[in-house]
Amino acid sequence: MYVAVKGGERAIDNAHAWLAEERRGDPSVPELGVAQIREQLALSVNRVMAEGSLYDPDLAALAIKQARGDLIEAVFLIRAYRTTLPRFGASQPVDTAAMDCLRRVSATFKDVPGGQVLGPTFDYTHRLLDFKLMAEGEAPVAPGEPVEPAPVPHVTGFLNRDGLIEQEPESDAAPGDLTREPLELPASRALRLQSLARGDEGFVLGMAYSTQRGYARNHAFVGELRIGTCCIEMEIQELGFAVEIGEVELTECETVNQFKGSKTEPPQFTRGYGLTFAQNERKAISMALVDRALRWRELGEDDSGAPAQDEEFVLMHSDNIQATGFLEHIKLPHYVDFQSELELVRKIRAEAIAANKDAPDV
Amino acid sequence: MDAASLSGGFADTAREAARAFRASLDAMARPGTLHTVTGALPPAPLSPAAGALILTLADTTTGVHLAPSHDVAALRDWITFHTGAPLVGPEAAVFAVGTWASLQPLDRFPIGRADYPDRSATLIVEMPALAASGVRLTGPGIKETAQLSLPETEAFLQNAQRFPLGLDFFFTAGDQLAALPRTTKVEPN
Amino acid sequence: MSDYNFAYLDEETKRMIRRAILKGVAIPGYQVPFASREMPMPYGWGTGGVQVTAACLTPEDVLKVIDQGADDTTNAVSIRKFFQLTAGVEVTEATAGASLIQTRHRIPEAALTEGQIVVFQVPIPEPLRFLEPRETETRKMHELEEYGLMHVKLYEDIARHGQIATAYAYPVKVEGRYVMDPSPIPKFDNPKLDGSPALMLFGAGREQRIYALPPYTKVVSLDFEDHPFEPSKADHDCDLCGASDTYLDEVIVDDQGGRMFVCSDTDHCRCRREAGHVGRLGVAA
Repeated sequence: MYVAVKGGERAIDNAHAWLAEERRGDPSVPELGVAQIREQLALSVNRVMAEGSLYDPDLAALAIKQARGDLIEAVFLIRAYRTTLPRFGASQPVDTAAMDCLRRVSATFKDVPGGQVLGPTFDYTHRLLDFKLMAEGEAPVAPGEPVEPAPVPHVTGFLNRDGLIEQEPESDAAPGDLTREPLELPASRALRLQSLARGDEGFVLGMAYSTQRGYARNHAFVGELRIGTCCIEMEIQELGFAVEIGEVELTECETVNQFKGSKTEPPQFTRGYGLTFAQNERKAISMALVDRALRWRELGEDDSGAPAQDEEFVLMHSDNIQATGFLEHIKLPHYVDFQSELELVRKIRAEAIAANKDAPDV
Repeated sequence: MDAASLSGGFADTAREAARAFRASLDAMARPGTLHTVTGALPPAPLSPAAGALILTLADTTTGVHLAPSHDVAALRDWITFHTGAPLVGPEAAVFAVGTWASLQPLDRFPIGRADYPDRSATLIVEMPALAASGVRLTGPGIKETAQLSLPETEAFLQNAQRFPLGLDFFFTAGDQLAALPRTTKVEPN
Repeated sequence: MSDYNFAYLDEETKRMIRRAILKGVAIPGYQVPFASREMPMPYGWGTGGVQVTAACLTPEDVLKVIDQGADDTTNAVSIRKFFQLTAGVEVTEATAGASLIQTRHRIPEAALTEGQIVVFQVPIPEPLRFLEPRETETRKMHELEEYGLMHVKLYEDIARHGQIATAYAYPVKVEGRYVMDPSPIPKFDNPKLDGSPALMLFGAGREQRIYALPPYTKVVSLDFEDHPFEPSKADHDCDLCGASDTYLDEVIVDDQGGRMFVCSDTDHCRCRREAGHVGRLGVAA
């Protein structure tokens, strides 16, 4: 006698218990603390904050721990938590010109006012495994004197003064929010940037890389890449003025791209823009290249049919929580639909075989 | 803003709004059926049923238009306090509230766009009474025919002809409500 | 779970979803965009259906959740538990006893009744999506009622295979206007959509769309005069309850090619067995 499989609930409970045990790993190895993840896996934490759209290093570290280091799973935990938070209001626009920079480089000028500041970068490390790190207890200290951080001017501002780069007029228009309104196409640049900022680092990187290899090449120079902290201010209605409510670390990238000109406008450089939470420069640079590629219509360029120029393609596929959910859901039971296909294929095969039998030999 | 504007909301928001929504969903899904909704005690002249609809559906993202019959300070304050909905002109209305006469002319309200027919206003028509008798209704949600005490037929006839564009209607009286989506065909009985 | 609101979602989110549902009911078959939220379960696991259910549930509801027609499939169990925890509603496996049924891939066999709501989980709400990937294009097609592409696809099927080669998510036309994806139900279930006394709501979370079929709505499966639509199922009776008119799962029972066919709707099969029906391999209850 056949008895259908039962006990879904027990199976789920047991799977969760097993997962918790695996998460902890060998109990003879000390447990990883959330603070350790926050301090020592900071770039993972940064990625989770950027793609999770929530600036909270402690929660991001917790999510990484809970997700066993699966960063997309950690982003998912943060997103699901973020959705439940009440919204008290919107901050004032962040002034990145007033950023306290810990890193700031420009590829377009040998030197710039404010200087080239390498900061804590992997750029010139030799990628040799450092076996000393296998030993514990080391706390390296960097030499140098503490420097009072001071705002440094934007590099693109120098080009702007001479009219060599497109103007970026200030606007008081409230940007949309794709977490609160369904995405409608074509999207504004602000919405595109929001989507890219939340987008999967690997996806945005791949899109950006494709533009460098000729799929909508736009000749990007990194005009400036800066990392540092910015104040967040919020206008309190009862007070009638804005007060500082905290600060966040940001990475900003402005690219200087191929110029265009017309009969009425002399040639000038154009811009691509990237901004992410915390130190996250691969993502910020990628974002700037893709932003620039998506601006082809507004800048009067040709649609070369490249993926990075295709707004609908980029925006609909950049979100790794959507992508991984839909991809992985095909492992859920689909046997009802499969059965309907099975019946159909059997029927079509039977008819085809019968028709062949009836056909005269050639 | 007087004290009356601060009271008269749902006591248990999540559950009362859930019940009020189900009544309004049932009404819209089955045109001509009457439903009772409770929990809202808005200031005059708004009926408790219309008040429950506003509390359940309106918020800071939806413009509410008060027709002259309902454009009184106490009600403006009540809606602002409980929902935060901006009070707007008919052209920007997501919801509009008033008596049938006061809501005229209807062609001021958005009926949606050909590519987004959902972007149309929903009118909440305050009635002296509601009854499942009068104008004959057919269409989706109705098994054969239904009847509803509509204020007239011609306007609804015209509205249905614009499908998929058009306005959708709730009718309210006391704690009762009924609905008429743009799909319903009306004819005098 | 008292940290969360009734039925999990915050009231602002519920209002937004409720407005979309009402417009969906007013424009049968039209996909209403909505600002789908990130749920505590992955996209593809029924986030659209869960949001629609959360927006519709009242404390008095009796909820049934099925996946593949069965109440005890893992994801059905998981979603049912979610609403037991967050809304405290009563749950049931009995189709007749449920006021709200959330489903993935099936419509129950037992006749639905007035006052019931069926919520479908939808992966790709756009019936034209596999013919035209661009939303900007398919939106125009719906606007202009330009459904020629769909007919060409179905006709090409007939030319190649002698019949329409779509076995599930079979497209329908609603009230003579919008072409709609009925979600990936087998085409066997399509006739149950037409003129149903129950309200049918469809939620696609990742794709941010809600659509609806009010009760007693005319729903026609697309076909051609010389190739009429045929709902189909395995050509067997249920081996447990003997039913000849239900959708069947094929179960492989050994590695010698042995197989049996059982009702996909587990509640329906159990009810029949309890009423004394016995199939080829069944035993009297």
